[in-house]
Amino acid sequence: MGSLASVLGVFDISLDKLSDGELWLAQFFRGLSDGATYASVALALVMIYKSTGFINFAQGSLALLGVYLVYVFSVEQGLPVAVAVVCAMVASAAVAMFIERVFIRPFPPDHVLPLVIVTLGLLLIIDSAVGIVWGFRTRSLPSMFPRGAPIEWGIAQLTWRTIGNLGTVVAVVALLYLLLSRTKVGLAFRAVSSNLESARLVGIRVGPTLGFGWALAAAIGTLGGALVVPDLLLEPSIMLRVLIFSLAAAALGGLDSMAGAVLGGLVVGLARNLLVTFLDLSELALATAVGVILVVLLVRPTGLFGSTRVERV
Amino acid sequence: MSAEYLEVRGLKAAYGNIQVLHGIDFSVAEGQIAVILGANGAGKTTTLRALCAMVSTEGSIRLAGEELAGHRTADIVRRGVAHVPQGRGTFPDLSVEENLMAGAFVRSDTDVRDDVERWYETFPVLGERRKQAAGSLSGGEQQMLAIARALMLRPSLLLLDEPSLGLAPMITRSLFEQLTVINAEAGTTMLVVEQNASLALGVADKAYVLEAGEVALSGPADDLAADDNVRRAYLGY
Repeated sequence: MGSLASVLGVFDISLDKLSDGELWLAQFFRGLSDGATYASVALALVMIYKSTGFINFAQGSLALLGVYLVYVFSVEQGLPVAVAVVCAMVASAAVAMFIERVFIRPFPPDHVLPLVIVTLGLLLIIDSAVGIVWGFRTRSLPSMFPRGAPIEWGIAQLTWRTIGNLGTVVAVVALLYLLLSRTKVGLAFRAVSSNLESARLVGIRVGPTLGFGWALAAAIGTLGGALVVPDLLLEPSIMLRVLIFSLAAAALGGLDSMAGAVLGGLVVGLARNLLVTFLDLSELALATAVGVILVVLLVRPTGLFGSTRVERV
Repeated sequence: MSAEYLEVRGLKAAYGNIQVLHGIDFSVAEGQIAVILGANGAGKTTTLRALCAMVSTEGSIRLAGEELAGHRTADIVRRGVAHVPQGRGTFPDLSVEENLMAGAFVRSDTDVRDDVERWYETFPVLGERRKQAAGSLSGGEQQMLAIARALMLRPSLLLLDEPSLGLAPMITRSLFEQLTVINAEAGTTMLVVEQNASLALGVADKAYVLEAGEVALSGPADDLAADDNVRRAYLGY
């Protein structure tokens, strides 16, 4: 027992903490809440990856722009937060469509490397532009959901925000599923994702279809940002951290699986909160995300639900 | 003026600096089947891709008297040109049924559902696997699906790039029988690129032989089948 305590001591773990059920539950709830936000941004990453085969590194930056627009619409213009979020989703979708048309579409869609470099450039440009327009001081962003918690066990609170974040992600997944499986534009999007050349040959306009994917992904990313930022403070580098956790979530779930993105987001959210609390690793929180990516790439490169293409010859 | 449905004049095509077609002329009359024969690398696939604007071209491509050159693939498809590319003409991640629905993407009429059922009747194996991902079908089944997918457009011109590739001889034969039935019933004009020359010449009205990006021989399919050079080079006897 003494030796165990000394080992735990190295990691600054107290047995009191570990045996504190309420603390576990509290961190479980927080993990779910964070995880839901990572899941939203991960969904946006997966949408672009599925259709184009590359990771849009500017996804977090589009969400950053979207979250600042939420700030403008809600705090500056005084709109109700939920209305502000919807307006910002529409606006960021329009910006994403413009970016896709001007910076992405000129490049051949089957050459991934130039496109990845373009998205990295966009990340830097959008983040800097946001810094120039809104400055670097931190602001607080109101949440769409009320304060307080309907359910409490001591320090463990199931807050309205946690419930709201989870509910929002479930709703997004359900709507996305219906859109992709039941509508013509959804069919076009999936056809382009599956076989670019055949999509052209059935008369699908590939460019606008991918533009639609960008718009949808940006709107979902903005919604994810609007869920996560109220727990933190709004400043121009905020979404970079979220992007890294979301990348870990998407990699864990399998980059081309929407269900995987959601599960990956929740797992990363939980892992992060539990590690930070019980191992006191707050400085290493980002490193844990990168660690998840590394382990997934080593052990199971397709992630939990990613497909190695089923194809018979 | 000729009554040709598809009329191609001076068609050139290149991939970057590599010129593949050096100005070829050919035509297909309405409701007829034409076949393009030729060795590997002669430019057969490129010819079909050029008709759909899948490669940059020069020259004139007239469909029912209207110029197609300069139009985009999506617009050419909307004029009724369906193309079954070599090998993977399907959407492997979509179900069989979704593949067929995608084939009718540019149609807005209400008969799409009936057409799906019609091709299930023609190709029963597709009906049995309607919910299965296309990528899990065998090569022959995928080829049937690719053709049914193309027919969902209700094309006026069907371009087929080596439909027999990788298929067992029996299946190839029944596939060509199906194609002649469709040609007779719907009056679909067809342009077929094929390695299986004897089978293709058997169903075709007209044939062209491509060599190194130029038309080396052309004429009625029966005449070419009887030509000694064609027989030795492509029929192997």
